Amino acid sequence: MNAAPNVNPSSVPSVWSSVAALHWLRTQLFSSPLNTLLTLLTLWLLLATVPAMVDWFFLNSTVTATSAQECRKVTGACWAVIVEKHRLILFGVYPYEEQWRPLLATLLLLGVIVLSGVRRFWNFSLLLFWVIALSAAAILMWGGVFGLTYVENSRWGGLPLTLMLSTFGIAFAFPLGIVLALGRRSNMPAIKTICIVYIELIRGVPLISLLFMSAVMLPLFLPEGLTIDKLLRAQVAIILFAAAYMAETIRGGLQAIPKGQFEGADSLGLTYWQQMRLIVLPQALKIVIPPLVGLFIALFKDTSLVVIIGIFDLTQAAKAALVDQAWRGFSIEIYVFISAIYFVFCYSMSKYSQSLEKRLATEHQR
Amino acid sequence: MLNIKPTAVAQAPKKRLSWNNPEVRAIVYQVLAVALVVGAGWYLVHNTLHNLSVRNINTGFDFLTREAGFAIGEGMISFTPADTYQRAITVGVLNTLRVALLGILFATILGTIIGIARLSKNWLVRTVCSVYVEVMRNIPLLLQLFFWYVILIETMPGPRRAYHPMPGVFVSNRGIQMPTVHGDGLTWLLVGLALAVVLCLVLRRWARRRQEQTGQVFALGRVAIALLLLTPTLAWWLSGAQLSLDVPELKGFNFAGGMTLTPEFAALLFGLVIYTSAFIAEVVRSGIQSVHRGQWEAAGALGIKNSLVLRLVVLPQALRVIIPPMTSQYLNITKNSSLAVAIGYPDLVSVINTTLNQTGQAIEGILMIMAAYLTVSLSISVFMNWYNKRIALVER
Repeated sequence: MNAAPNVNPSSVPSVWSSVAALHWLRTQLFSSPLNTLLTLLTLWLLLATVPAMVDWFFLNSTVTATSAQECRKVTGACWAVIVEKHRLILFGVYPYEEQWRPLLATLLLLGVIVLSGVRRFWNFSLLLFWVIALSAAAILMWGGVFGLTYVENSRWGGLPLTLMLSTFGIAFAFPLGIVLALGRRSNMPAIKTICIVYIELIRGVPLISLLFMSAVMLPLFLPEGLTIDKLLRAQVAIILFAAAYMAETIRGGLQAIPKGQFEGADSLGLTYWQQMRLIVLPQALKIVIPPLVGLFIALFKDTSLVVIIGIFDLTQAAKAALVDQAWRGFSIEIYVFISAIYFVFCYSMSKYSQSLEKRLATEHQR
Repeated sequence: MLNIKPTAVAQAPKKRLSWNNPEVRAIVYQVLAVALVVGAGWYLVHNTLHNLSVRNINTGFDFLTREAGFAIGEGMISFTPADTYQRAITVGVLNTLRVALLGILFATILGTIIGIARLSKNWLVRTVCSVYVEVMRNIPLLLQLFFWYVILIETMPGPRRAYHPMPGVFVSNRGIQMPTVHGDGLTWLLVGLALAVVLCLVLRRWARRRQEQTGQVFALGRVAIALLLLTPTLAWWLSGAQLSLDVPELKGFNFAGGMTLTPEFAALLFGLVIYTSAFIAEVVRSGIQSVHRGQWEAAGALGIKNSLVLRLVVLPQALRVIIPPMTSQYLNITKNSSLAVAIGYPDLVSVINTTLNQTGQAIEGILMIMAAYLTVSLSISVFMNWYNKRIALVER
């Protein structure tokens, strides 16, 4: 008798048990009455939704329709509206002929983000790349030098704006977060209190309230005559918001560093900043890389909130595309399109963070 | 007996006022930091007061007692444009609390089910749940809210051709109509339920004490279910069995009777629940996975049956891991409910936004928003910290 376990050779023909797929089916989907019930329920759910969605997405959809009237004749999705509006959604109201500039800026930012993911570049040169990419992106977007026409930032929009809000947000919130985290762990009561109050205050209120604050309160804070434009104010709000969350994540990493490391550094006679820079932070930051990537994803999604104060990011650009009278009634298609854009970014970041977590974890294994 | 005395008492080092003394440095740094913060604060307040006086804006909360003059779409207490701003803001607070509490409730239920299902042995269930989690948590909540709102407003038919998925429930572009229960019996039903809950708690204490003293186990679960079902029914029956179902009906162009979930509320609730449940599922999954396999096996070796292993061995340990991130998810729902302003559900932020547009009292309005959310956030975290401490591992 060399039958597989749990298989009664008399009731199951030997051909069946040899078929791997059937074996898989039996163990994975129909191993118990409850499991069978769950499988059938899920299958029913899938059958009720998936075919209808496939119909809508692909089979009954149209990409080539030239007008909204043509689109209304089909029962599925009207992807023609995306074809028609993609420039508006991706680049907002940036001057049409100049839209290669935001495209190039987007690619630059994406490039530096991807570069940051490669471990070979995790050294000082990365900082240099970031400075170059961010300034190049700013020059491309603004123009005014090297023969590029000047484009004021109220005309920026779409994907580059979303990317800029999040990359600048991360780039500036990160150092601020480190300082706040160190401050919260400081032995000096006054500095500790200031940091705790800041972190808890920011984490206790929604981002919207900070954005509102940047939109209506910040102008009142500044001396008369000095004005900062709306985009920069929103960017400041995002940086201040993200810094509080980053501080808490980094603090988690600092807490995980054994006391011996601090004492060892002390016994070497290092100053506080040398200790942090050379011994504590490199270890602490490495521990918190996965949760930091999680924060970056959250921040990327949160930049969509600037819609509420009327900044022309990807989401707002989508809403602008909906307004056109000639193409009314295809909101779902447009929302699905930008959802897909957000999804691609966030999903690849989260997959990256998972693989990183695995790689970093193996390093500690002996 | 040896009596060793130190030959010389170590002399405390003399405090010197020098830059090399860390205490002196600490004091200087702190004074500088406080001076910087206070100075910046004073500068901002000074600028603000100056700007306000230039623009002729009065400060203070006097505007709260003035007539609001705008209508609010829905609320738990009545509101007319003739009411004060104060009442408008109360309506907003109640609306925020309503959507946040319901959101927490449903997201916890859905998230827990999906989190457990992701650990299922069933490939199909596992995969479907993973896809759900990955899709939902990687699309911004705001976009999901727009999406649900558009689906309810634009693609649903009018009231006359409303979808009718089950008796008494209608889905149309006016929202979702549901039947409600009302009558005197309802109060008694609730009284009965409260009584049953109290009885169950008392019984649990007694059963636990008896088990500690005599070792006898009391079948609490069955008795509790019986109590929870019977007591309200009894109360309702004793009170004269007055209870009627208010079913919505199509009258003319709209529905009458029953309860309406407006498209705004329904979209916000759907969005919050679906988005947050994906995160809660991950929290629950990692919590259960954090319990070592050895715990299951050891409990099995003791001959404890599976359902009890889950309740007595695994869950108490998993909860310790689950509670802190769950707290932050609850806080997130509360804060994220402020996105209501984007789809026009009259929550706190939306009402205050209207208020500050009308009155120009920007600073007061934003301070009120922040104070309200801080209060809610702090009270949720105080409660969850208390609960966390209660279930925390007691070590030596």
